[in-house]
Amino acid sequence: MKKTPMLIIGGGPAGLSCAIQAASLGQSVTIVERSHSLGGQLVKQTHKFFGSEKQYASVRGFKIAELLIQEYEKYKDLIEVVLDATVTGLYPDKVCTIVQNGRYYKIKSEVIVVATGASEKFIAFENNDLPGIYGAGAVQTLMNQYGVLPGNKIVMVGSGNIGLIVSYQLMQAGVKVVSVLEAAPLIGGYLVHASKLRRLGVPIHTSKSILKANGSACVESIVIADLDDSWNPIPGTEETVEVDAVCVSVGLSPMHQLLSMVGARILFIPELGGWVPKVSECHETSVDNIFACGDLSGVEEASSAMVEGRLTGLFAARRLLGTIDNDESIHQDLISQLEGLRSGPFGKKTREGLLQMKEEGQC
Amino acid sequence: MLEKNGVPSKEQVISCFPESSILVKPKAIIECYQEIPCNPCETSCPFDAIKIGVDINTRPIVDTSLCTGCGICVTKCPGLAIIVASILNDKAIFKIPYEFLPSPKKDENWNALNREGNIISKGKILSVLDSRKQEKTKLITVEVSKEYLYDFITIGCPDER
Amino acid sequence: MRIEKHPILEFSNHQEIAFFYNGKEVLGREGDTIASALHALGIKELSKSIHYKRSRGFYCAIGNCGSCNMTVNDVPNVRTCMTKIEQGMRVFSQPGKGELI
Ligand SMILES: Cc1cc2nc3c(=O)[nH]c(=O)nc-3n(C[C@H](O)[C@H](O)[C@H](O)COP(=O)(O)OP(=O)(O)OC[C@H]3O[C@@H](n4cnc5c(N)ncnc54)[C@H](O)[C@@H]3O)c2cc1C
Ligand code: SF4
Ligand code: SF4
Ligand code: FES
Repeated sequence: MKKTPMLIIGGGPAGLSCAIQAASLGQSVTIVERSHSLGGQLVKQTHKFFGSEKQYASVRGFKIAELLIQEYEKYKDLIEVVLDATVTGLYPDKVCTIVQNGRYYKIKSEVIVVATGASEKFIAFENNDLPGIYGAGAVQTLMNQYGVLPGNKIVMVGSGNIGLIVSYQLMQAGVKVVSVLEAAPLIGGYLVHASKLRRLGVPIHTSKSILKANGSACVESIVIADLDDSWNPIPGTEETVEVDAVCVSVGLSPMHQLLSMVGARILFIPELGGWVPKVSECHETSVDNIFACGDLSGVEEASSAMVEGRLTGLFAARRLLGTIDNDESIHQDLISQLEGLRSGPFGKKTREGLLQMKEEGQC
Repeated sequence: MLEKNGVPSKEQVISCFPESSILVKPKAIIECYQEIPCNPCETSCPFDAIKIGVDINTRPIVDTSLCTGCGICVTKCPGLAIIVASILNDKAIFKIPYEFLPSPKKDENWNALNREGNIISKGKILSVLDSRKQEKTKLITVEVSKEYLYDFITIGCPDER
Repeated sequence: MRIEKHPILEFSNHQEIAFFYNGKEVLGREGDTIASALHALGIKELSKSIHYKRSRGFYCAIGNCGSCNMTVNDVPNVRTCMTKIEQGMRVFSQPGKGELI
């Protein structure tokens, strides 16, 4: 069985930042990533990011992935990257089972950081399983990574940042976005994103949602309707819209499965995306020496995932190396970056969620 | 209503503009109505004309006495929330960000659009800047009639729609 | 339906790769996953659901959901959104659970 002192599951912004931070302190690590490349969700994001300079604000997402990879390359001696490898199991003796190109093997590690991110939620409506109905992230992947169009005429369900951003990217790729539907009475994402879409003539309808999709082998049209205050469709407002694709962007849920498997305590905190592992202030789960960070420990943004990753890298390295030079100043800098990202009105949900996490007692 | 459809009211728009007398010179107009964790407008301005401060959630404020209208912040803002405006005789001249194909060319007449995406008039393209630093966000200078100062926001390709 | 021109991205690799979809030779491009190559050919229905035989396409495109499963080179339940196409690869729609030989 292969052994490594520190194993990171997932090479997205959180996992990669965690590896870079740990390696910069002299700790050797192994990243296992199921996809062909590092970068997680960043690789398909063509828009410029928010945040401040330290989180690469105003740089396009896929460029941030390139910058992180360049940074990792500086520590190539210390960071081993295993690609196309899916971790399928995590056991209390800190053994991971891995499937890589049809080969099955195990790795044992002293410290494990799980940074598997989140998966897209779905909503219930008639025929929601028809081909042509996609998660917003899937559409981004198809267009921006593979250069393939999801359809010609599309409706976006959900007006959070992802829904708004992906709508804009669909237009850049030449797809007609018929409208953005939002069940809530107000737009969910940043208004700057909403405005940049609206000025291109895309209507954003609040208190409106999808009731049904029609089609045989693929979606051909959908029925939409106005919703009342309790989110029930108002009879008589139904309308049929011809589309050849529908994009669903109704939030993300953390991928806690590996942590559930190892017996880590999982809490239900809707503000953080649903079922999330209970983590301490050091991002350690209820299982000793197993840490979690990024979207997995609370769905937020790539900016905060990177900072959380670095923070977790510091804590994990501390565990293995003992004392660390400049520990306090690195720690303070990262904590204040996170506070900055979370202190505004949009950080309220995260702040409340983290408070609930804290109140659940020590793990 | 902005929170319902993404369209700011005329009052909201006007509140982002300085007095017309100041617009004899080009000035940045920022329509960033919410407190969001973001500050590249502030850090990109070479003249320190945009102030956000330590809390990056604070809304940006332009100091028009320092702003030269260079347009650097326009292409840096990830929310595409900044334009540069000036008034010359009976024309309003704007610098706007643009991230679509086809790209407009100098001297072409494109559709001038308002914040709802409706065509309000024609706009004459005065210049197109696409330097490497802009990272593929083009900076387009457009001229429309002065009466559209508070209505114009972007351009649309005349061959579409 | 390929994106030929994009204001931000460049898709430079046009190297074609031939593979088999339900026994018929089709072309994809180097770097494509099976799902993206089929999608570019207008094939959105990848398999049928296990019980009710309803049409299945991909949903997440990053290996989370399993909606894109097909049989590839005789191996069933391959996540085609994560698997790159290879010359001569045999890809079949999967009508049900799939059998391991
Ligand atoms: C469609 C979309 C648009 C977004 N837009 C923005 C935006 O504009 N700005 C912003 O700041 N944030 C944005 N986000 C959020 C941002 O991308 C995430 O917050 C960020 O990527 C989280 O980082 P992460 O490393 O925690 O997770 P991820 O980026 O999801 O990375 C997780 C990694 O783990 C790997 N993995 C998962 N399971 C396994 C396993 N079992 N074995 C091995 N590897 C595994 C995955 O392949 C992936 O690479 C967006 C997210 C989505 C989905
Ligand atoms: S236009 Fe130039 S000077 Fe004015 S605020 Fe923007 S970057 Fe600063
Ligand atoms: S860069 Fe743009 S979105 Fe960010 S704070 Fe400045 S104006 Fe607002
Ligand atoms: S589409 Fe979800 S696993 Fe392939």
